[in-house]
Amino acid sequence: MTPRRTDDSTTIARLLSIVTHIGALIPLALLLWDYWTFQLSADPIREVTLRTGKSALSLLVLSLACTPLNTLLGWKKLIPLRKTLGLYAFLYASLHALTFVWLDYGLDPELIVEAVFQKRFALAGFAAFLFLVPLAMTSNRWVMRRLGKRWKLLHRLAYLAGTLGVVHFLWLVKNVYTQPLIYAAVLALLLVVRVRPIKHKIVDWRTEVKSRLVRGPTPTN
Amino acid sequence: MLVKKRKGIEIPSSEITPRHLYLSRRQFIKGATGGAAFLAASALLGSCRPSEPGTEAEPEGGQASATVDELGDPLTPYRNVISYNNYYEFTTDKESVAARAANFSTSPWQVEVGGLVNNPRVYDIDDLRRFDQEERTYRMRCVEGWSMVIPWIGFPLSGLLAEVQPDSRARYVRFETLYDPDRMPGQKSRLYPWPYVEGLRLDEAMHDLTIVATGLYGDNLPPQNGAPVRLVVPWKYGFKNIKSIVRIDLVEEMPVSLWMAASPREYGFYANVNPEVHHPRWSQSTERRIGDLQRRDTLMFNGYAEQVASLYEGMDLRLNF
Repeated sequence: MTPRRTDDSTTIARLLSIVTHIGALIPLALLLWDYWTFQLSADPIREVTLRTGKSALSLLVLSLACTPLNTLLGWKKLIPLRKTLGLYAFLYASLHALTFVWLDYGLDPELIVEAVFQKRFALAGFAAFLFLVPLAMTSNRWVMRRLGKRWKLLHRLAYLAGTLGVVHFLWLVKNVYTQPLIYAAVLALLLVVRVRPIKHKIVDWRTEVKSRLVRGPTPTN
Repeated sequence: MLVKKRKGIEIPSSEITPRHLYLSRRQFIKGATGGAAFLAASALLGSCRPSEPGTEAEPEGGQASATVDELGDPLTPYRNVISYNNYYEFTTDKESVAARAANFSTSPWQVEVGGLVNNPRVYDIDDLRRFDQEERTYRMRCVEGWSMVIPWIGFPLSGLLAEVQPDSRARYVRFETLYDPDRMPGQKSRLYPWPYVEGLRLDEAMHDLTIVATGLYGDNLPPQNGAPVRLVVPWKYGFKNIKSIVRIDLVEEMPVSLWMAASPREYGFYANVNPEVHHPRWSQSTERRIGDLQRRDTLMFNGYAEQVASLYEGMDLRLNF
């Protein structure tokens, strides 16, 4: 009786979607709360910049993790979450860029040009954001259909944006490289899983494990 | 605590209004609209907002007699001075240092002063407090790009050096922080060659602006600010202002500071505040004064050019960064 399975399936999908939306908005809610209760540290603009940046990078990495997790564990339900996570990453990246340009540098073109183009960490961040823009703009079904195969190619830029984001992070920290290196390691892992021969090996291994679990131990006689 | 009000740096009558802000190339209006719009929105909801914690400038123990620095800029609120600290010996998280250093005991404490001197001796804290303490309101500019105005309590380092009598070979002064990973857990990190070391050229050390500080805001230094005794050299980046000093030596060779050893391309010996010489990875032409909404231009030698520029005449400040 298939109707029940479809209902369960859509319910799970809907639940995942809701959880993702809520989860993605928590950093923003916490930021607004901390601003309201004066808990944003002595340098609030720096705090906002840092937190929006980390949220953007984390959400981008999570979005890029959906396909590899599907490869690894067969969780197809994660696939539709890529768009949600990706768009929230873009939201935070936009807030991050806006904070930098408006709150921090007061829309002063001279200062902004100096800060972004003379210092490589800011340039990397700027490039990362730039690559996210076409991705955000093409995140709807209408464009997907029009672009066809080229859409998939375009959205590979997400990996470039992610890499530039990590490089941006690495280049701005003052000696304590732990956090950026963790992001780098995770991103590298996600990229590795997408490489075709490795991906095939993982899928084969997974199917083998699954069938063994279903069959039970091989009888010997 | 008996503190003499410093009479040295007067506010020149021509500088009563902060010209360095007006004449700066900051596009005041543009930046102001952004901040203003944001503040207007929050002002509308302001009545439901919880009150800002501890906006008093004075700690319980004492207070500052100054309210502005010699350029007319206000003091950084006490609660920010004691809760936003770079003190990696405890943690790299600026807001956590205060909590982590809360139980750091600073008594008994001794400072060994020696090296190329005729009269080496060991000072304990009471000995240091017997020098005439003054209130000195200085700007402190961190290499990261933020700054504060702090009313320190201390005395000129030159007074201490005069007592120990550097001999003719002495060319630099080397300072060292306590090394005790049990009490300073950050020192367990192998990222840095502990203990913290800093140095000054002898003429920089003898300059009247250079002080040994034992307090701030009219009270003793809290642990997170470098208790019980630290260095303040206001025309240099914050990392030169070594905290919790245990050794001072007069030496012949230029000391290698911890930051020079950790990142020689980025942190040099002189570390003079200079808006024209950038950090390899970020610009030094502007800074954020803690408490301000807008960035401001960084001043040459942190605004102390008149007093210290002569020390560096003929030097290429790009090479000697």
